[in-house]
Amino acid sequence: MSLKEVYNEQPKIFKFSDKNQKIIDEILKKYPDSNKKSAVMPLLYLAQKQNDNWIPLAAMKYIAKFLSIPYINVYEIATFYSMYNLAPVGKYFVQVCTTSPCLIRGADKLIKVCKEKISSKERKLSENKRCSWMEVECLGACVNAPMMQINDDYYEDLNENNASEIIESLLNDKPLKPGSYRGRKNTSPEKNKNLNGNSSK
Amino acid sequence: MPKIVINGKEIEFDKGMTVLQACELANVEIPRFCYHEKLSIAGNCRMCLVEMDKSSKPIASCAMPATEGMNIKTNTEFVEKARKGVMEFLLANHPLDCPVCDQGGECDLQDQSLYYGVDKSRFSENKRFVKEKYMGPLIKTQMTRCIHCTRCIRFATEVAGVPELGAIGRGEDMEITTYLEKSMESELSANVIDLCPVGALTSKPYAFEARPWELKKTESIDVMDAVGSNIRVDTYGWEVKRILPRINNEINEEWISDKTRYACDGLLKQRLDTPYIKKNGKLVKTTWDEAIQLICEKINTTDPKLIGAHVGDMVSLENIFSYKKFLNAINCTNYDFRERNFYFNPSDKINYLFNSSINNIENSDLILLIGCNPRHEATMVNARIRKSFVKNKTPIYSLGDVGDLTYNYNIIGETTENLKEIIKGKNEFSRKFLSSKKPVVIIGESALELKSGKFIFEEIKEFLFKNNFINKNWNALNILSQNASTVGCIDLNFFNENKDDELSFFEKIKNNKFELIYLLGSDNFELVKKNEFIVYQGSHGDRGAEIADIILPSPAYTEQDGMYINLEGRVQECRKASYPTGQAKEDWKIFNLILKKLKNEKLFHNYEDLKKLTLDQIKNFSGIDNLPNNIFKINKKLNSEFFNEKILINEIDYYFTNSIARASKTMSDCRNVKFKSLKEGTNN
Repeated sequence: MSLKEVYNEQPKIFKFSDKNQKIIDEILKKYPDSNKKSAVMPLLYLAQKQNDNWIPLAAMKYIAKFLSIPYINVYEIATFYSMYNLAPVGKYFVQVCTTSPCLIRGADKLIKVCKEKISSKERKLSENKRCSWMEVECLGACVNAPMMQINDDYYEDLNENNASEIIESLLNDKPLKPGSYRGRKNTSPEKNKNLNGNSSK
Repeated sequence: MPKIVINGKEIEFDKGMTVLQACELANVEIPRFCYHEKLSIAGNCRMCLVEMDKSSKPIASCAMPATEGMNIKTNTEFVEKARKGVMEFLLANHPLDCPVCDQGGECDLQDQSLYYGVDKSRFSENKRFVKEKYMGPLIKTQMTRCIHCTRCIRFATEVAGVPELGAIGRGEDMEITTYLEKSMESELSANVIDLCPVGALTSKPYAFEARPWELKKTESIDVMDAVGSNIRVDTYGWEVKRILPRINNEINEEWISDKTRYACDGLLKQRLDTPYIKKNGKLVKTTWDEAIQLICEKINTTDPKLIGAHVGDMVSLENIFSYKKFLNAINCTNYDFRERNFYFNPSDKINYLFNSSINNIENSDLILLIGCNPRHEATMVNARIRKSFVKNKTPIYSLGDVGDLTYNYNIIGETTENLKEIIKGKNEFSRKFLSSKKPVVIIGESALELKSGKFIFEEIKEFLFKNNFINKNWNALNILSQNASTVGCIDLNFFNENKDDELSFFEKIKNNKFELIYLLGSDNFELVKKNEFIVYQGSHGDRGAEIADIILPSPAYTEQDGMYINLEGRVQECRKASYPTGQAKEDWKIFNLILKKLKNEKLFHNYEDLKKLTLDQIKNFSGIDNLPNNIFKINKKLNSEFFNEKILINEIDYYFTNSIARASKTMSDCRNVKFKSLKEGTNN
């Protein structure tokens, strides 16, 4: 991990869409008026969703003004959490977990695949601009290590080969289906199919 | 009182104290980086670890509230090991560049690593590198040295009220930065240099100038404004290298304004070192004898009624007193200290003081500003108002739009008519005001300068007195003086007492009625020269010297002993840290010389004499560094005329208010940055 770089081509203005504005009204209802600054994280996430999965500076300024908190506070939060992207990511955004359990199960090999197939540096777009990748800390799927998250889906129980296939499919814009790549259902034990609910009989 | 055991010794502590504070009561020193008395608790440096009974882990004493019956140990092996561990982590990424670091010799990390540092590093990886940040013309950054104590961030948001500093990223990648790398827009910004426990934020103008152990340190008083902040002047030979704050919780706490701190390089420039005489429109160097001879001739040939005299903004009590004695000796009665004609009432001492005292701003429950901008007129007072606002949520109201004061305030009107309504109880605000217990009303010079200045002052005083807000325990009447010499001048009666004259001093100046004008360090005094003969006596070649026919050099405030009365009426001593330039002579000695030539008499024999005589003149004097005795008599209200007008607040060119600041390169840099950002606006 290194400090996130802010994209150098920034849009001048940012405005939430009407649909999102309604969602914001709902979010703000959750917080008392005196503490509406607590809404900064959901708002940043919403801005990210609206703007092709990255947050422009204009959006941070907009949110700071909207919640009447200092701009630097919004900026601090956006740089602190790895889920906020400050530069454009690919249509398929690959996040590889490299925390201990995944690393023991071979996450470094997935990183190697990403470096070869997508781009040599994290957060850099692939040549056809469809894909980008980054290392992240634990994504909470240690039982299915190693794993990676592609946009909102988890791809689990990977090895070098099927990770390579998955990324190939992303680059060709025909993504494979998410889930376990060793035929497990969710996190159920692999050998004892009896405990697997539906396939016992 | 609850009790706590520290290293086997039982001591009592106040409720609400932390373990660290209790340890300080027991005279046990706890190392710390992030903890600072005047800032909120962060608890992130972990240097203050101590051992607590029934806890298997060491605890951070700065963040742990002390409770009854705690048993704290600070000198065990366990504690030492924990602190050594913390220190090892802090040093893992801290560069070993003490020899080229300006903090060397006064660095907390350096000092504490002497006790808790390990002699060699087990960290074999590369140290992290952080890009340098731009933080304006005052703060030099070297962010690889930063240990992330976040003191600077907390200072900027809590005390200075400019939330522009922040920590971006996280973990090892955390970096302290300003918003978009611009300079901090605060008059208190340079205090982060003192706060920084390492060499990450150091002073830009002082970079590589001297080592702390080479400097001679003199405890003194600041004269840039009327607050009288306590300072320490560090000199190397003749040069004043830097100015640091001295803790005085009654006045400036631990902070000083940027002007106080950095105008000192103006002491090296534009100095007057020998007497000058104007010959054929050009100033030429001359000797003291010749200059004094000429002055004496002028005085002898001029009608005393046609002699005018003015005293400047940074003149000490002794010099004001000797100046007055000198003027009396030559029968001059036209003299004044005001730069602009504002109303003041010298009949009682409380009429021109900040009576609530700076410290008591914190205890007030309502603050009303009338025509003043405390942020620029008295920065330290503004810091106190902000502290009160943050700590007690004190409501603040203003008559007149002041602009950004670093805290929220309500504008309750902009005209004198609004003020009249409040006094008569017709305004909604009157009710709020009367229901408060300890209000503070601050009247600025801008308000007193208005045509209804007299009305504003007299009516408010009457209003406050009638409602029992001026009594032995609480005095809500406050005048915010702008210059260090103002209160002293009123105390020593340095103003036109000539009541039979039709024209006032200012009208005479305006209509060029004087033939000879004597200026003592007055550079802000607006004077359109016609045929007057002008004598300027002062330290800097500034506006006063520009129009002078004779210039007499005298020392600046760091080069002579002198007393100043601050806006609260506190007499403080400013001490000699350096010596005068060239042939400059102390002001009172110059007056001695002139009078000796004129009348063959001497005003004062020595400085001690002068000081004693001056102190005798101070009304309600209670002692050096103390507030004046609380003696007052309320005279009958003076009748005044009411004009309905807008309360305009004079814009102050903050970084250029006096001759020293105008000579300072650092101040002009700050001013340029400020104007630039004003022009471009912020992106926020």
